[in-house]
Amino acid sequence: MDTTNLSNVTNAELEAADRIGKEAGVRFDDCYQCGKCSAGCPMAHAMDYVPRQVIRLLQLGIVDEALNAKSPWICAHCMVCSARCPQGVDITATMLSVRREAKRRGLRPDKEADIFDDIFIGNVRSFGKSNEAILAAKYNLLSGHLMQDMLNAPKMAARGMIGPKIHSVKDKEAVKKLVDKALSKGGEQK
Amino acid sequence: MSSTNRFAYFPGCSADSTGISFTKSAEFVCKRIGIELVEIPDWCCCGTSAALVTDKNLAVALPARSLALAEKMDADLDVATGCAGCFNSLKSARHFAKQSEDNRAYVEDLIDMPYSASNDVFSFLEIMHRPENQELIKNNMVTTLHGLKVASYYGCALVRPSKVCEFDDTEDPRSMDELIELVGGEAIDWGYKVECCGGSHNISDPKAAKKLTERIYEDAMINGAEAIAVACPLCFLNLDMREKELNAIREAEGKSLFNIPTYYFTELLGMTMGGSFKELGIDKHFWPAEDIAKQALSARTQSDDTAEAKEVAK
Ligand code: SF4
Ligand code: SF4
Repeated sequence: MDTTNLSNVTNAELEAADRIGKEAGVRFDDCYQCGKCSAGCPMAHAMDYVPRQVIRLLQLGIVDEALNAKSPWICAHCMVCSARCPQGVDITATMLSVRREAKRRGLRPDKEADIFDDIFIGNVRSFGKSNEAILAAKYNLLSGHLMQDMLNAPKMAARGMIGPKIHSVKDKEAVKKLVDKALSKGGEQK
Repeated sequence: MSSTNRFAYFPGCSADSTGISFTKSAEFVCKRIGIELVEIPDWCCCGTSAALVTDKNLAVALPARSLALAEKMDADLDVATGCAGCFNSLKSARHFAKQSEDNRAYVEDLIDMPYSASNDVFSFLEIMHRPENQELIKNNMVTTLHGLKVASYYGCALVRPSKVCEFDDTEDPRSMDELIELVGGEAIDWGYKVECCGGSHNISDPKAAKKLTERIYEDAMINGAEAIAVACPLCFLNLDMREKELNAIREAEGKSLFNIPTYYFTELLGMTMGGSFKELGIDKHFWPAEDIAKQALSARTQSDDTAEAKEVAK
């Protein structure tokens, strides 16, 4: 096992750990490292730090490492970990909170996931609804991957699942305003 | 909880695209048993996990806007939705607003609309599972599933977190199983009812997603399922669309192949109420679903059918 020199933990990191915990509504000290969260996590096999280790990093204030971890971006938000934790630690909320903090700092350990979510929200901001066809076209352009293949677009079109019609709310301005206002708070709730 | 069968309807973005078969079959069943759905005027996207990973306030504001619009339309109506993802987002926003008067006022300010958070949110599964609606379903059956072995798959968003969803058991939900049995199917015991299908990784990490989907098919197959039932368009897409790809990989690996169609539970209900495959959207699946459905419906002769339907209807 690696050893960690805790004297390297900076004050800024400790403050960030506080903030992440507050945003997630979690006290990291509640976790006694039993590992149940990781045992049931369907994505653990693909993670660099399993859920238990992410919590450990935050307990110790090794926040920069947590913020650069891929795990929060690999997490599928299935909420199995939170449902099963004997200590009531909301690990899912923690993963989300770490990911949002990383995003606010311009870190993107997983570019693919980030591109997709940004396009998705941009789509909703413009139209108020999500349009699969636009989503696919933009994603292909920006990521260099063919989401069309993933979504079997020709087959979907043949089934009338996707078409040229753009779905949109009537009051587009209201949704745009709402999205901008929510995002302007920088993640602070109240 | 409103006791009437009238709801403010939140169709969700996939309703007339990738989730078309869910919409068709759910609306068919609702119509048959007298559940009235009044679409929320100018509802918007619930934000789904994209909002959640982007910003906490956004994840509340988007669904709250539609809930407030529903209230504005008719404050007495609870909200109904098919999609499990939409259900989870809407219910989470309501949960947040219900925590305190402060929170509620905060949400109002966020969306710039009055919002009392008094109307509740229910999924089609929860609504159709209500005893009075089970009774109505039974009364409208013209045939049964004749013991079709069905693995009920619930996934994540309908049951977790329990304090938000307030629905069924987190580890071993039974409501879909009970509906399957109500219409004459056999709900099989299996281990992957609430395991994640990887749907949210379909696009950004398809390899990881496939692995999760494969586990679900594998467990369903081992336990003898002839069909999988789902209650969410994202789960449906992820299972139905992936089966062929998974089989190609499995063939190369020398593993046994899957041959299990996936149905929305509402398609299975609708089938026994005389809905045609076209009406229910069963003709739009990626993995062929009509043959097994036909077999299930005609597993007995016509006269047996009627006798059994009468038996069930009793
Ligand atoms: S299940 Fe809970 S207590 Fe156990 S390691 Fe995970 S977070 Fe810690
Ligand atoms: S929510 Fe994320 S960390 Fe928790 S079990 Fe699911 S994939 Fe793993």
